[in-house]
Amino acid sequence: MSLQKHEMPSQAPDVRNKNFYEVTLGYTAETAIDEAKRCLNCKNKPCMGGCPVRIHIPEFIAKVAEGEFEEAYHIIQQTSSLPAVCGRVCPQETQCEQKCVRGIKGEPVAIGRLERFVADWHNANSCDLPVKAEPNGHKVAVVGSGPAGLTCAGDLAKRGYEVTVFEALHLAGGVLVYGIPEFRLPKLIVQKEIDNLIALGVKVETNMVIGRVLSIDELMGEYGFEAVFIGSGAGLPRFMNIPGENLKSVFSANEFLTRVNLMKAYKENSRTPVFHAQKVAVVGGGNVAMDAARCAKRLGAEEVSIVYRRSEAELPARAEEVEHAKEEGIVFRFLTNPTAILEGENGLVSGMTCIRMELGEPDASGRRRPVEVPGSEFTIDCDAVIMALGTSPNPLIKNTTKGLDTQRWGGIIADERGQTSRPGVFAGGDAVTGAATVILAMGAGKTAAESIDAYIRSKHQ
Amino acid sequence: MYPIVKKRELNPTVTLMEVSAPFVAKKAEPGQFIILRVDEAGERIPLTVADFDREKGTVTIIFQIVGGTTERLNHLNEGDGIHDFVGPLGEPSHTEGLKKVAVIGGGVGCAIAYPVAKKLHGQGAEVHSVVGFRNKDLVILEEEFRAVSDVYKLMTDDGSKGEKGLVTDALKALIEAGNAYDEVIAIGPVVMMKFVSLLTKQYGIKTVVSMNPIMIDGTGMCGCCRLSVGGKMKFACVDGPDFDGHEVDYDEILKRASTYKEFEAREREAACNLFKKEVK
Repeated sequence: MSLQKHEMPSQAPDVRNKNFYEVTLGYTAETAIDEAKRCLNCKNKPCMGGCPVRIHIPEFIAKVAEGEFEEAYHIIQQTSSLPAVCGRVCPQETQCEQKCVRGIKGEPVAIGRLERFVADWHNANSCDLPVKAEPNGHKVAVVGSGPAGLTCAGDLAKRGYEVTVFEALHLAGGVLVYGIPEFRLPKLIVQKEIDNLIALGVKVETNMVIGRVLSIDELMGEYGFEAVFIGSGAGLPRFMNIPGENLKSVFSANEFLTRVNLMKAYKENSRTPVFHAQKVAVVGGGNVAMDAARCAKRLGAEEVSIVYRRSEAELPARAEEVEHAKEEGIVFRFLTNPTAILEGENGLVSGMTCIRMELGEPDASGRRRPVEVPGSEFTIDCDAVIMALGTSPNPLIKNTTKGLDTQRWGGIIADERGQTSRPGVFAGGDAVTGAATVILAMGAGKTAAESIDAYIRSKHQ
Repeated sequence: MYPIVKKRELNPTVTLMEVSAPFVAKKAEPGQFIILRVDEAGERIPLTVADFDREKGTVTIIFQIVGGTTERLNHLNEGDGIHDFVGPLGEPSHTEGLKKVAVIGGGVGCAIAYPVAKKLHGQGAEVHSVVGFRNKDLVILEEEFRAVSDVYKLMTDDGSKGEKGLVTDALKALIEAGNAYDEVIAIGPVVMMKFVSLLTKQYGIKTVVSMNPIMIDGTGMCGCCRLSVGGKMKFACVDGPDFDGHEVDYDEILKRASTYKEFEAREREAACNLFKKEVK
């Protein structure tokens, strides 16, 4: 049996960096069956321990090995509401696959790729609608339709709750639709997963900014929701507070990605404009920075560089995304920190002054702290800058909900079960932790659904 | 879909629409805005709430046809629907405790100034309205303004209606005549707000301006609408749109507003051509 995972076919780097089609193409049925046979079906299932939503991994893989793809899907669906998404964007290398026994000698089983295959197969071949649960007569509101909210909504609907999801934008999906680009996560797939939830009975109300149009108190008062889950994410972009940051061709990654992904500004017929730059500097080293850089390249920029103040080893982005970015021609400038953005003609960017950094002692997070090298300033030639420095929770809900305790930086305080300082109000995902990953948000949504179920049951005993 | 229940052309380039949006109508306050998307492929544009009827569940918007999207919006009629209509967004204008106020409106900005004047009048304040237009054909909301104003000064650039001159000329005259305003509220083109602020600064009169930078989401998640106020970065969609007129960096705003000029010109032409074809 092979020590390596089966390769997943993908578009060639110099082809894909000019289009927005999905980079990786997925397994065929034959490859999926072959890969599934690499699973040893361990008794103690360590892989499951690495999955935040605890998918029954060996069981679904056994069904794939037998060619029973629809049955495999039903096993995944018991615990996960968004398998086509997770199979694509989870960092499996630090989760399920990290715990895989086959990884001790050789490569782990490609759990993510198999999950993706099963979900895609179901979406392409099955017309079965999910079976709605028997209604239990209780109403729950979910604020935000990102991964945390969708997972919470799906789990509650499966238990018979009448769930309404309130979304501020015109499309549901949160970061899955406005943040992660089409070439990593096709939007049709996200829509399909949301349609599956709607078939389960979940109502999705778009264009509803909770905190403005309705408050949490109104939801729980006159609208009769017995519990509320807040999964409003961390969408408030950070800037550096350096000179020149308000120049015309300086963007937050959120703005740039929202234009490109949600508003589809990369398409010829989109009515939302996006700035087409020749030389783009993206500041930051996370997945969002990689996404922004790769989008800029696809929009036709000659040169796109990632400007990061630490070294390659500290990059917070997934290794696979960094690899993909490099293959597509993205330049990396490590140990470099911007100090000012320079103004050229018409209020546009003409360059960026940076300073060299070196790594000092480890900080509280355990990463070595970058320290400026005195007198090492230099200028990067660029005509646009994208700031991908992370985001914080939006203060709108905090400011309009009395008695909801938050951290000083804005995160909602919730215990490990998702309970906030307000009875009946639960929270999870980036709204609680600050910007993190899709799968952690889904795990938090799942846990909160269990807590909400227990809370409502306890009230009616 | 949000149905258009009434449409009225206020002048050749400015249109009023009353849109059925009960949730927005229930909460909207003067100074707040909405974001709309005309159709499935449309961009999101911000428009200020010009009026609302909580009983009927309608919100009034007044817009000037300046580009592709407003051209397409103007092409819709009563009974048609607007694809997305979200709000109310932004902070309401602060009107509490004001006894005597000068409300300055420029062009289509009068549509935003009017609900503020109406609210002030409703709470018993003395309202002096100064409105400015390029010429007599562009004048809007004259009756509405007169009804809520103790003083109404109409200015046109060419003198074809009211007095010839700029709103700043009229405001200066009113101040010099001894009117002690608690506050001046100026809403209109950025250049107008800049010059009103420069004028009132000389007299030390607190001045509030309503900013209208480029926006996408309108909920604070992208920072596209950022501006400098007193040297600090603010997001107009959540911190504003009202700001202290003496603290705003107008020149920066003027530059940022031109970011997509070329794209916008192309879009406008595309929209115009589309509708020309339909007419034939």
